[in-house]
Amino acid sequence: MNENIEKKLLTKRFGLIDPMSIEDYLASGGYSALRKAVSTTPETIVEEMKASGLRGRGGAAFPVGVKMEMVQKAEADIKYLVCNADEGEPGNFKDRYLMENDPHQIIEGMVISAYAVGASKGYIFIRGEYARPIYMMDSAIKAAQEKGFLGKNILGTGLDFDIELYTGAGSYVCGEEFALMLCIEGNPARSTFKPPFPTNEGLYGKPTQINNVESFANIPHIIEMGAKEFSKIGTKHSKGTKLVSLSGNVRKKGLFEVPFGVHLWEIVENLGRGVMGSIKMVQVGGASGPCLPPNLLGMKLDYKDFAENDMSLGSGAVIVIDTKNDILDIVRNTLEFFRHESCGKCTPCREGIVHLLVLLDRFILGEAEKKDLELLKSLIQTIELTSICGLGQAAPTALKTTLRYFPEVYAAGIRKNHTRAI
Amino acid sequence: MDLNEIVHKKGKTPDKLVGVLLEYQKTKNRNYLTNEDLKAVAKKTKLPESRVYSVATFYSLLSVKPRGKYVIQLCRDVPCYVNGAFNLREELETALQISMGETTKDGLFSLEYASCLGYCEMAPVMRIDQKIYGNLNSRKLAEIIAEYRRL
Repeated sequence: MNENIEKKLLTKRFGLIDPMSIEDYLASGGYSALRKAVSTTPETIVEEMKASGLRGRGGAAFPVGVKMEMVQKAEADIKYLVCNADEGEPGNFKDRYLMENDPHQIIEGMVISAYAVGASKGYIFIRGEYARPIYMMDSAIKAAQEKGFLGKNILGTGLDFDIELYTGAGSYVCGEEFALMLCIEGNPARSTFKPPFPTNEGLYGKPTQINNVESFANIPHIIEMGAKEFSKIGTKHSKGTKLVSLSGNVRKKGLFEVPFGVHLWEIVENLGRGVMGSIKMVQVGGASGPCLPPNLLGMKLDYKDFAENDMSLGSGAVIVIDTKNDILDIVRNTLEFFRHESCGKCTPCREGIVHLLVLLDRFILGEAEKKDLELLKSLIQTIELTSICGLGQAAPTALKTTLRYFPEVYAAGIRKNHTRAI
Repeated sequence: MDLNEIVHKKGKTPDKLVGVLLEYQKTKNRNYLTNEDLKAVAKKTKLPESRVYSVATFYSLLSVKPRGKYVIQLCRDVPCYVNGAFNLREELETALQISMGETTKDGLFSLEYASCLGYCEMAPVMRIDQKIYGNLNSRKLAEIIAEYRRL
């Protein structure tokens, strides 16, 4: 039980270096991956990234190398790079830890990417609530500029690339890539239909590589150790490590880095030291993630394991909920979050979530009718299939999975007496 | 800093609009921008008033309604909720004599819910201006409020 299941790659410098000191980063091998990268061709880097099996850590799990290849091959006068640090998914704080403890690793990953895809301008989009990460990334960017890792003719290679820090103003939907880019362009963050995808028409309509903080932070390590070594970490279908934000009712909350393939129960029991009472359910990925009953904690942290159960791993949050809590109350809380954060552009998300709440309240009050169950399921499907962006599509996940794994809770909300007083 | 200086420092292209609005709001006592303020921003940046208004009303860190000198944002999402954020709401409302979404009569405090602030390992959490307060309980809450009243 006390066996150490952690594997420190992205977090290996945490606590050992002064994150505000670029000298500390350099002394611990920092920016050597960049030197190695620029001594090869952009094509080699993209091949290496594809061979590594690294998948996007923001939640959608798209292969990073494939994305880079698409941007590399796109033809345009200017290409952009965007680092998505708009961490707003409830239960997630991994990107904050990365920015606060090792900011240069992110910058290094971005510069390597810029060299590979041919981008000349990069943005780090940090949510406005993250005052300390904003301050630290800003300082790190300035230090990297002074040392010549950003700016004109980086390391004498002729590569021109600079990063601008962009501060969000409070909106969950900015975590969605198109919403985020619209925000940078000075608009309300309301997403659009895809395709076209950002790799062809992203920021200002130009090819854009947009990735999560954790994805960029992985890149220097892959270049450093080589794709072959990197892909030995994890499982057959999920390569590398995953940062896990552990929260809720566990005894020990916090950030942990584990190789893919560890069991969910190991995360809860070994890293989180279990709960005081007993576990009612575990929400994986955040508010947009599935709620699992205790008997499914034998599942592995693995893209395939989750996909086979018709679920997605999301961004790696693990929220443990104990038996003191009521399932419908938690689901209601999650839906309230999405109702508040819906941008209001498309009807299924804007109106659908409101009606999910209306229906759910009938179950909470014990006044639902049998047909409400069918209505609920049909509405969930409509929202999932017809919302424009990932926010809307994922909004009913907690509801859907609790309907699947805890049907008795909903059955208990159906009226026994079929006649009504009024 | 006045609006001229802010626009001069940040720039007047559309991608600087959110930054200009956030910075401009910081100069205001009551944490909001009036219609006149928004018109002034539109004029300075040469952007349509409608666009400035739509941005100012979309994001939760910007407000077009007066708020308190100190805006208290309490997180209510699941990681905080299961760690007792609900009870804190009652205590805040009692201590400040206002409900969620309101501002105290002296204009000192506003109370609002926030979406996940990203500090779940310290749940329950609230944010006042730029500062995060975590691992909250009744005693801590009372101390923090008293401290802000003394400022």
